[in-house]
Amino acid sequence: MTFKNKITHIILIALSLLFIMPLLMIFSGSFENQSQLIENLEPLFNSGNLENKAKWHAIPMYPTLKSYVEILLDSPEFFIMFWNSCKLVFPILMGQLIINTPGAWGFARYDFKGKNALFALYIVLMLMPFQVTMVSNYIVLNYFKLLNTRMGIILPAIFSTLSVFIMYRFFKGIPNAVIEAARMDGANEFQIFLRIGIPMGAPGIASAMVLGFLEYWNMLEQPLAFLEDKALWPLSLYMPAIRPEVTGGYLVSSVIILIPPLLIFLIGQKYLEKGIQASGLKE
Amino acid sequence: MKMLLKKSRKNQNYICRNNKKSLTGWLFILPSLAGVSIFYLIPFADVVKRSVTEGMGSEFVGLRNYTTVLENEAFLLAAKNTVKFMLICIPLLLVFSLLCGVMIKSIRGRADIYKTAFLVPLAVPVASIVLIWKFLFHENGFFSMLAVNISGNSIDFMNTDLAVYVLIVSYLWKNTGYDMILWIAGLSNIPAGLYEAASIDGAGRIKQFFYITLPNLKGMLFIIFILSVINSFKVFREAYLIGGNYPHTSMYMLQHLFNNWFVALDIEKLCAGAVIMSIVTSVLIIFFKNSIEGGR
Repeated sequence: MTFKNKITHIILIALSLLFIMPLLMIFSGSFENQSQLIENLEPLFNSGNLENKAKWHAIPMYPTLKSYVEILLDSPEFFIMFWNSCKLVFPILMGQLIINTPGAWGFARYDFKGKNALFALYIVLMLMPFQVTMVSNYIVLNYFKLLNTRMGIILPAIFSTLSVFIMYRFFKGIPNAVIEAARMDGANEFQIFLRIGIPMGAPGIASAMVLGFLEYWNMLEQPLAFLEDKALWPLSLYMPAIRPEVTGGYLVSSVIILIPPLLIFLIGQKYLEKGIQASGLKE
Repeated sequence: MKMLLKKSRKNQNYICRNNKKSLTGWLFILPSLAGVSIFYLIPFADVVKRSVTEGMGSEFVGLRNYTTVLENEAFLLAAKNTVKFMLICIPLLLVFSLLCGVMIKSIRGRADIYKTAFLVPLAVPVASIVLIWKFLFHENGFFSMLAVNISGNSIDFMNTDLAVYVLIVSYLWKNTGYDMILWIAGLSNIPAGLYEAASIDGAGRIKQFFYITLPNLKGMLFIIFILSVINSFKVFREAYLIGGNYPHTSMYMLQHLFNNWFVALDIEKLCAGAVIMSIVTSVLIIFFKNSIEGGR
């Protein structure tokens, strides 16, 4: 039994290493000297089969912060894209918080005619791939003259039904007795939502926000289709023409792109797991 | 009489309160519903209408737009690639993530660190790791080097039919953690008593897995399958950042095609395509749900 346990641990450690390997590679690479990077990675930029293959040192041969200094001090366009991402992600999450939290509460705590059918529609919408909603979005954005604006990305994303669904699961789990008790005490429906729903459903709201942040920080399809003006592009579309001479800067920017979602992930892993579980609970 | 009156008033009160309550429910939902209607439902109705009419005008053309799409060579290629990709990667993902989940569930001691490792890819932006995929899969990259050492021949994953494997690997890397968490939730719901009873009856761990674990996970399978399908559409991100608008043909996915139609403002095809996709997705959901519930 203990032997079996050990074997399982070993397999899991090996798999875990495999999964985090790309991250370790980006981090170690970002501290490598540019000329060493050129030497290591140049074969990747040649077509045709070469004798010597590309290399990646686990620990930088000549560690340096030079690439970091270059990106942080000398590349304004990178920072514009960074802010572009923030200007999309935070308004979206804000909007979801304001609109979808009460929406989820309404679905979870009230019964009314047509509710079940409506909620089923929300679930189907949540499962539709972007190809389906793309042309619908285009028609609306065109109608409201929102194409090629940030609002054109933000507004449809706010009304994504996935976050309603996730918060719904958590609001549904609040015991009825608590709410009835508050009603007895004379609280009105809106007070109940504010004073009981929001505090008790907070883990659900956090889960929806963590999942949302990861989703929208990496959002690619929507800005690619609807933002023609590259000055508005977010970091998820950051794709410089990688040449051997700029690999250092590229790796540093990769690390910087990665830091916000990684922090959110490490802080909110518990909520991420809960959110994923909520997305999988059956109706 | 008095009694009756009292009762009816009580009833009335009840109905009144109930009506008020359902009205409050609507009020909570209203902002969300308004947005969903404006940005998704109403325009989708328009899309359905446009899919059976001619581009600018309103002339009814029946299913002509649909036959155009279904006979379109690029559509057939993209659909074939997408389906082929799903047929390979979704079963792989389901089995692999289940195995990981079972392993994590079975160990004693801290399992959180493993969960973190499997989930971390979800947080990694695709743009960050394009160079890593290139390093691994390029003709002069890591796997090719391994192949040279083993068989003497190099492999080029990027510009041959093997390109789809780049997507499969990145899909598995990205989604194993997500599915694993769902499987673990499913595993936790299986009553421990079932296993105890089985081991008293002398069933080994393998037998327990096939006769207790798997049947009890059936309900979970539906939702994990659907979510995996949805997430598989997102593999376009990798394909786009690695290969651009026109990658190697084996990597050409439906989203590439839709983007290219979009650039050409080919609204008729886009509308018909969107309706086809929504039908396929709905049928998939219904069919898979029924087949699992029927098997119970």
